[in-house]
Amino acid sequence: MLALTLILIPLIGSLVLLLLKGSSVGSSKNTALVASLATLAVAIYAFTTFSTQTTIGVKYSWMKDLNINFHVSIDGISLLLVLLTAFLVPLIITSTFKHTYKNHASFYALILLAETALMGVFMARDIFLFYFFYEAALIPVYFIAAIWGGKDAPRITFKMFVYTIFGSLFMLVALVYLYMKGASAEIDQLAVTAKLLSPNAQNLLFWAFFIAFAIKMPVLPFHTWQPDAYSESPTPATMLLSGLLSKMGVYGLIRIMLPLAPVGVANWGQFGMVLSIIGLIYGSIIAIQQNNIKRLIAYSSFAHMGLMAAGVLSGNINGIQGALLQMVAHGVNAVGLFFIVKIIYDRTGTRDLTTLGGITQKTPALSIYFMIIMLGSVALPLTNGFVGEFLLLKGVYDKNAWLGGFAGLTIILGAVYMLRLMQRSMVGESNDVTAKFKDVSGSEIAVLLPIAAVVLVMGLFPNVFLKITEPAVNSILQLMK
Amino acid sequence: MYPILVLSVTGLVTLFLGFLKSKKILLPASLLFVAIAFLSNFIDWNAPGLYFYDMLEASNLSVVFSSIILLSAFLVMALSKGFLDEEHAQPAEYFAILQFSLVGAIMMTNFQNLIMLFVGVEILSVSMYILTGSDKRNLRGNEAALKYFLMGSFATGIMLFGMAMLYGANYTFNISDARILLLQPVTDVRPVFLYVGVTFLLIGLLFKVSAAPFHFWTPDVYEGAPTIFTTFMSTVVKTAGFAAIYRILEVSFSPMYNFWWVMVVTMAILSLFISNITAVSQNSFKRMLAFSSISHAGYMLLSVVGLNNKSGDSIVFYSFAYALATISAFGVLMVVSKDRLVDGRPNENIAVLNGLSKKSPFLAAVLAISMLSLAGIPLTAGFWGKFYVFADAASRGHIWVLVLAIMMSAVGIYYYFKPIIAAYMKEGEGENIQLSSFYKIILGFTTLGSILLGLFPDLVRELL
Repeated sequence: MLALTLILIPLIGSLVLLLLKGSSVGSSKNTALVASLATLAVAIYAFTTFSTQTTIGVKYSWMKDLNINFHVSIDGISLLLVLLTAFLVPLIITSTFKHTYKNHASFYALILLAETALMGVFMARDIFLFYFFYEAALIPVYFIAAIWGGKDAPRITFKMFVYTIFGSLFMLVALVYLYMKGASAEIDQLAVTAKLLSPNAQNLLFWAFFIAFAIKMPVLPFHTWQPDAYSESPTPATMLLSGLLSKMGVYGLIRIMLPLAPVGVANWGQFGMVLSIIGLIYGSIIAIQQNNIKRLIAYSSFAHMGLMAAGVLSGNINGIQGALLQMVAHGVNAVGLFFIVKIIYDRTGTRDLTTLGGITQKTPALSIYFMIIMLGSVALPLTNGFVGEFLLLKGVYDKNAWLGGFAGLTIILGAVYMLRLMQRSMVGESNDVTAKFKDVSGSEIAVLLPIAAVVLVMGLFPNVFLKITEPAVNSILQLMK
Repeated sequence: MYPILVLSVTGLVTLFLGFLKSKKILLPASLLFVAIAFLSNFIDWNAPGLYFYDMLEASNLSVVFSSIILLSAFLVMALSKGFLDEEHAQPAEYFAILQFSLVGAIMMTNFQNLIMLFVGVEILSVSMYILTGSDKRNLRGNEAALKYFLMGSFATGIMLFGMAMLYGANYTFNISDARILLLQPVTDVRPVFLYVGVTFLLIGLLFKVSAAPFHFWTPDVYEGAPTIFTTFMSTVVKTAGFAAIYRILEVSFSPMYNFWWVMVVTMAILSLFISNITAVSQNSFKRMLAFSSISHAGYMLLSVVGLNNKSGDSIVFYSFAYALATISAFGVLMVVSKDRLVDGRPNENIAVLNGLSKKSPFLAAVLAISMLSLAGIPLTAGFWGKFYVFADAASRGHIWVLVLAIMMSAVGIYYYFKPIIAAYMKEGEGENIQLSSFYKIILGFTTLGSILLGLFPDLVRELL
């Protein structure tokens, strides 16, 4: 029931918003915030009562002749991502409080619909249900990005939409294929199916799923939609995309591809890792040269996703555990960084790094928050990025020492572009652009403070999270044998 | 089978109703007649049997096909309120012809004898030729009607030729008897005109459902005909045509699968390629939907390519999903373009939809959901329609066909989003659109249907 509640609360919230269309901006914001906080409360309750022995889930028959069920359930991996989603959505909603969006009711309803679908993706235990929610998550975010985005938004977000739908169509082919093979649609039964498939079939399935998820994350060479979409979308859509939607790809790799195509992963996984790590280095180098701060963080996001993909494809416990922890860390950090970009843009009207500088003098508070989140992002020990990145690098190294070496460049390159960002924007003398920079306000602190707290808490106590996911990851690795 | 009787009588009654001074009664009366036909349809439910000296066969599948045809016809007629007001309109004749055409369409779903198939196709086609040209002062309508008539009669001629050859090969017009003959082992080769006959018969029927390369009439006719009849054509005629194709191939020629599948798969792929690529560059919403109609013919043919015992169900589901979405889309176009005249004709460009979300959020939502359903995005009926036909194609092992079809659906998303982008992201001129509650009910029904079938496809699948 708990799992169902997590899906229903945001759904009901969005329906309420759509029905109360004529009401004021304030009530729309509050309704959305209350619904997302209620979801967070349920997620925290699930976290406190979670034990690895019992499973929380429901299963209803959905399509009898196809043997498809509405089956949602929470295990360790799901719980971690459910927590991430439930934690970030209220922050994303709060981050919009300074703005008044036209058609505000629809705007917040779409955010809650995206949350509904994300919850569904992370808890679905039926492969069709997973596909359903996976697609459903994109549609509200597409509309948010396209309707409330900049002048170029319809064109750029449309590219994103076609690109990702095209990817998921490969997944659809794979699903049709599995259905024709008479395979069970239960995700927990995928490993059984895998034993019946020929190596060739597994190779093809690997590619079908890998392309679908690689476009979503994105991984080189399927990333071309991402920098434009991230920088042209309104900030809430960018936060949803980078913080949560991209995680669906990594989650799909762990949950579906590893158990379904272990032979495919063994044959082609290294190739995928090479692509991911080239993407990592390429993304980092471009990030170093960016002057547009939103694009800079978009490219850094691309680089981080590459390392996560490589970690999962390495197929060992460290790589997968690291990817899971890093998904949470990166989700939190990306939302924080994009929010700081928004704060800077709202105050100065520019995202150009060359014109900024000296913000610390005007608002030390903002610069402290920025510092903490940035250190998390460059994976300094005792911040949330460290443990995840360390485990990821160890996982990649165990699989292939050369690749591990190249992946290690992320530590240096990441520090270069993030410190450059910090230095050019925050440090130094303030100039005409930043002279009238106002201090952070209450609603902004309400977003930044929880993020900064999580950066530190996760850095100090990573074991809390690693312990939840370990049994589930181990069971996936067992199934792959 | 009963709707044939009901509609033949009510069609005549409608003609006589035309003598009345008030034309107001015609629409409600016709809707009532179609509703009666719809209900009478279910007398045959779970009561299969042969009728009229083995000329027609009632089965659950034919009942479902007829129901989709009658329901689509009912919805289209309900949207036709507008054309009663025009001074040159002759509503009695049009409503009568619509009902007669339904007789033909229903014959195509339950024929047992090739003669009945021919009669059905002819009744339906001749009615359509007239309705296409019904707006007599519209030059493009006249051109379309003539084009449709010339090419259509040519196709019917080829089909009749094919039937004659089949008689020569099998000595029977009864489709079940023909199958029995085909299943018997033969010592020497079968006569060549059996194969030519099957080919010609298929060509005739594929022309009616506008599959490539017999699609050239479609864009012009769809554009030239009054929108209300375009809607009728793309829902009723298409459903009836596919019911006939499925029936003849499944009941009669399934033993010859190895012969005709190559032809059908070629046409399916051609339809998908030509239509999707051409639709991308269309500016007229109506022409775009015409090409979309060709592409959906291609998808439905995939189900025939993978002929199995579930193909009929897949075609039923697809036709229904397609009909719901198409009626929504054309319904929106009719309302929006009515008062926006260009050269005295309704403006049917995609640009006419600009800013629709401000002028009428309801219509914009109807449009968006119908486009998503046509594009086959999950949570809509169109997605499951595509899924079932893909599964059929895969069941015979045609994975490469599937990959091609999937690439073409990605192209489809591109043009189906153009109207959505126009409605939601572009600024438009003009006043807010006031919508009568009647339209709201009809369009609300089709939209809700698209979503409900997207969430619970079993609603229809369980029936079969």
